[in-house]
Amino acid sequence: MATNWTIDGVKEALGAKKVSARELAAEFYARIEARNPELNAYLTLSPERARRQTDKIDALVAGGKPLPALAGVPVAIKDVISTRGIKTTCGSKILQNYVPPYDATAVERLEAAGAVILGKTNCDEFAMGSSNENSAYGPVKNPLALDRVPGGSSGGSAAVVAAGLAVASLGTDTGGSIRQPGSFCGVPAMMGSYGRVSRYGLIAFASSLDRIGPFATNVSDVAAILQVIAGRDPQDSTSTTAVVPDYRAELGKPVKGLRLGIPKEYFGEGMDAGVRKKIEAGMEVFKKLGCQLVEIRMPHTDYAIAAYYIIATAEASSNLARYDGVRYGLRVDDDSLLAMYRKTRGAGFGAEVKRRIVLGTYVLSAGYYDAYYLKGQKVRALIAQDFQDAFTKVDAILTPTSPVPPFKLGERTDDPLQMYLADIYTVTGSLAGVPGISVPCGKIDGKLPVGLQIFGAAFGEARVLQLAHAFEGAGGTAV
Amino acid sequence: MKISREDVLRVAELAYLDLSEAELETYRAQIDEILEYIGKLNELDTANVEPMAQVLSDDQTADATLREDLIVPCAVAEDVLKHAPDPEPPYFRVPKVIER
Repeated sequence: MATNWTIDGVKEALGAKKVSARELAAEFYARIEARNPELNAYLTLSPERARRQTDKIDALVAGGKPLPALAGVPVAIKDVISTRGIKTTCGSKILQNYVPPYDATAVERLEAAGAVILGKTNCDEFAMGSSNENSAYGPVKNPLALDRVPGGSSGGSAAVVAAGLAVASLGTDTGGSIRQPGSFCGVPAMMGSYGRVSRYGLIAFASSLDRIGPFATNVSDVAAILQVIAGRDPQDSTSTTAVVPDYRAELGKPVKGLRLGIPKEYFGEGMDAGVRKKIEAGMEVFKKLGCQLVEIRMPHTDYAIAAYYIIATAEASSNLARYDGVRYGLRVDDDSLLAMYRKTRGAGFGAEVKRRIVLGTYVLSAGYYDAYYLKGQKVRALIAQDFQDAFTKVDAILTPTSPVPPFKLGERTDDPLQMYLADIYTVTGSLAGVPGISVPCGKIDGKLPVGLQIFGAAFGEARVLQLAHAFEGAGGTAV
Repeated sequence: MKISREDVLRVAELAYLDLSEAELETYRAQIDEILEYIGKLNELDTANVEPMAQVLSDDQTADATLREDLIVPCAVAEDVLKHAPDPEPPYFRVPKVIER
């Protein structure tokens, strides 16, 4: 039985010279060779880059030098995040041979902290999807149930951690794309507040919603990754100047007496009975920890999906205008420049991306802008207000991450609206800009993972992590 | 019906997207259903609500001081052109504009 490596485990083993960074990377590559063909979680491997890094780390160990925080830790990066010299496709044909000339800030910071980048993970095309079935490179299978989806859009990043093919990974979240796959694959997964982690190098889907965040096998490791990637970046003017606290130091603080909001609107119809049972069991764990559960109202919850799919698609239609065959990626030639644009985009984008570009362009077009986009932005303000009001009464908000357990491959692909409605519990926090984690909360019939979502106030990541950590320590993840 | 075939064609033109006849009808029907659903936003009175155009305020994202206006080398041209579909350094070569 292969070792379940954690960040602390790697640090300890390297320090005690039980394993070298090179051997550890080799072990992970062997696992990937064995399991990835079945899962399709990795799209590209980067052994040369990994080797350069492990050589550096092993030299530090040999020289008795102090090791950086993530020394030797094998990590995977979602394929919408730029990695210099490593093909970055965004799960799309239109970027099938795109090799970025620079690293995303989050990648740079991980590497500076000693992490070993094993490769790029599969995802829904341009991060648009909730099941990883929209990738131009085939779906990812859920490692816990091969006939089911891993969730999306960061399905690959969730799957590699769940299957032991990386110790941690980076994903991105725009409407739930970190939290929901974390829930479906049974691993903790977090998005910090909007602006907490630099978006420089993140290939944009929706600029007012996109966030980069970690997956790991335990909450402490999630905190450790967030620690490294968070913080102001002058190259991202939307990144916050707010100080990054020491998340791991905050983890052990007691949660007794904290007030946890249970929003009535998240517990109505539409929630699977099996999910409800596990979430209720999870709430009992918080009660035993001495937290106070308080019923709250978030009256604009039901309008979140509508607002989200206006704003996100509008922003996407603008962000994806750059894929025209001129400077990078696929080009379908023609005698005329404009025909080249149309043919390139027609050939290079998949159905979900095209659908969203059409919808997004429509809601921004003359005559419709006020009715849709402006209206959507106003409703967004109301949803953000729901959260602000809630946080005057409670310290954190508990909800299920997903209304349903992982569904079967192909089950929702015919009906886009049905797929969109799977995001109902996650898009609210996306619109409001608040941080959120999905922490595992048992498995239905011992098989299908359920996730519990914890929302915090803006820049309240420490509180969210504290609660998740306490929950994990009290056996909440195995209810 | 909220969106017609002509609407989709017009939008596809704005977005420089070539769509097949089959795609045209499929997307039209799907987007129609989505727009129907989105219509529920009209249940909310937002007359006095400011649109949320920014997530963070200026003081949450502004650096304490401005940086010096210095020229720094930026030698990315070679790297960037290396991966272009049809480079002719220092240019990206493209077909000529015929229509409009």
